[in-house]
Amino acid sequence: MSDRGVNVPNPYNRLSKEQVELIDKTSLELLQHPGILCYHEESVDLFEKTGAIIKKTKEGEHDAWWVSIPPGAVKEALETAPSKIFLGARNPENRVILDAENTRVYFGTGSETNYWLEVEPETYISRESKDERVFPVMKKKRGSLELLCQSAHLAEQFENLDFFIRNVNVQDDDISTENKDVNVFFASLNHLTKPVIGGVADIGQLKEVVKMAEIIAGGRDQLRKNPVVAFITSVIKSPLQVVAETSEKLIAIARLGLPVVISTSPQGGSTAPIDDVGMIAQVNAEALAGITINQLANPGAPVIYGAVPVRARMDDLHDMYGVPEFCHYTMACAQMARYYKVPCYSTAGVGDAKVPGIQATMEKMLTHTMVPLSAPGLIHYSFGLLDKTQTFCPEQALLDNHQIGMIKFLQRESNVNSDTVENVKKVVEEVMHSPYRMYARYARGMLRRGEIFSGFPFEGELEDQDQTLLLAHERIKEMGKTVQKHLPEETCRRIFDAVPGLLPRLNPYGEVK
Amino acid sequence: MSKDIVEMIVDNVLQGRRNKDDEGIEDGVVGQPGVAELVEEALETGIEPDRILLKGLSRGMELVGAKYESGEYFIPDMLTAAEAVEAGMKVMEPHLTGQGDNGGKGKIVLATVEKDLHDIGKNLVAIMLKGAGFSVIDLGIDVPAARIVEVAEDEDAQIIGLSALLNTTMKNMEEVVTQLEQKGLRNRVKVLIGGAPTSGDFARQIGADSYGKDAFAAIREAEKLLKAGGDS
Repeated sequence: MSDRGVNVPNPYNRLSKEQVELIDKTSLELLQHPGILCYHEESVDLFEKTGAIIKKTKEGEHDAWWVSIPPGAVKEALETAPSKIFLGARNPENRVILDAENTRVYFGTGSETNYWLEVEPETYISRESKDERVFPVMKKKRGSLELLCQSAHLAEQFENLDFFIRNVNVQDDDISTENKDVNVFFASLNHLTKPVIGGVADIGQLKEVVKMAEIIAGGRDQLRKNPVVAFITSVIKSPLQVVAETSEKLIAIARLGLPVVISTSPQGGSTAPIDDVGMIAQVNAEALAGITINQLANPGAPVIYGAVPVRARMDDLHDMYGVPEFCHYTMACAQMARYYKVPCYSTAGVGDAKVPGIQATMEKMLTHTMVPLSAPGLIHYSFGLLDKTQTFCPEQALLDNHQIGMIKFLQRESNVNSDTVENVKKVVEEVMHSPYRMYARYARGMLRRGEIFSGFPFEGELEDQDQTLLLAHERIKEMGKTVQKHLPEETCRRIFDAVPGLLPRLNPYGEVK
Repeated sequence: MSKDIVEMIVDNVLQGRRNKDDEGIEDGVVGQPGVAELVEEALETGIEPDRILLKGLSRGMELVGAKYESGEYFIPDMLTAAEAVEAGMKVMEPHLTGQGDNGGKGKIVLATVEKDLHDIGKNLVAIMLKGAGFSVIDLGIDVPAARIVEVAEDEDAQIIGLSALLNTTMKNMEEVVTQLEQKGLRNRVKVLIGGAPTSGDFARQIGADSYGKDAFAAIREAEKLLKAGGDS
């Protein structure tokens, strides 16, 4: 049994029961009127069988259909959608058990950032005192396969990281749409013994990715029991539009019986209403539409309610993650998923700040603290994301790992009970009759049992300079040198033999003959 | 072969076990003899008190100090170890009388200065000093300068340790130095200060001999002062 993640004993319910029911009713009404605008004919066919009212239209050059989904179709899909889903892992101890009827929360990475932010210490000389000082300097790099491998290797070592979504957009010259999926999934799986989740860019490669996963899991049936890969589909384009290409992927994954996240990410202020009620009603309707397509394609297929609602900046309409509204939206979505008894995929920990520092810490701490209180299941985007989701910084990811450790500790249940209070009376009695009346011995017991939080590990010694980033950088360098947990040689050989398009340089055992 | 009893004393100092009822760092030791019982047994079997003191209690504390320096031990570990040493010293006391040895290293009078009621830092220093083998006379909190100097003179202490937490009371430390001078004791008794608002600069400003930024620094400074006193 995996003990990953953290249990949130008493989830915070931002919405009352009546509000939850009102949102449910409103979302179902929105799915009828105006309904969804669907660009995918097969999805339209699936909806039609449920009695949906279909009206063909033209959107620019594309065929599209207005689909008025009957509430019964959605309710039926929610009935067949499983409430419990396993995300498999190369190491079974790292499996994630997502149960919509319990309150365990798991933290993971994402998204495909374009930039990798490197921290480099540089020495400066003060003009006034002539003293030398070392400061961290940031350098941006384009994402690459090598950096994705580095990131996966770090993710394996972050003790508070429970699942991996590739967080680097690979931009190597030898990567194209035709070979991207197999290479990024292999790069992830070859460095991690934790669950790997990801999107597929090209539906043609889906079967190759699944073939790779089957080899790793030990066969077709074993992959269904231990799905070492799960998928994400952004099937909805807000507001309320179903995209053709991703719908095709969603249906294909559903029919493979593998777990898939329905991810919808409306922006409050542009592609969704900015207020609580409007955003939640719409994003919930969008998630329900995706779940319905999935279940119509394969009733009982493992599907995850994914809602990533963000707020727009009012000066440039960029996404904003580190604001209170983001917490409002996200926490309400977690509540809706729990109401439907469908596992939830949520978001926390993104810094809108461009670099690590005070702004990033404030933004991350706000959402890292608040969102898990709603017990959403999977929380992605939690490690190293900056500049909205444009940049990944490994040092920031290490700091986030510590912050999540704090959040997990925060969720510990209180130890007040009739046995412990008896012990407290004994201890107080003893200490009051000791020479210095100090509770050091009592603290030591808790310290040694791991019941005391370890404190901030990147505290510098200088009194007039924050050294956090410099110390985090040293730790990241050490982590980069540790042994990589590659797949066994025979597994790699079989994968390289069976899966076309893999780049030989990714094989840790040398080029396959 | 079973462990030598002095080695077992060292182990139990490391575990911070005063007696058989104490838990240790490792599980399953409750009921086994702690430092007090082991010291008693060692004395009964005729082991020299000096050997118990130096190779058992002091050696144990040295190892604890090294573990603290390396980051393996924390303050609660140090304090519980020091308590275990103190428990052992209580058993040793009757056997040390007459040998001119009050606990090995030297005698310190400790006090929080007049009008200051804070004692956590001072207590920490007291426990650690005892654990390190010093003989400590702790006068408590809110102690007038005259009383501190009087006890230091009567007890023939080598060091006075002063603590203050308030910037309004720290100036009372200077009065102790002044009174030592007035009584002609300044060359004989060194003054070590500590507490949040104090500093090395402040120590120099009031004519104190040394400043300890924390309990461990206080021990190091006390040892340095004794060594300097002995050398002069």
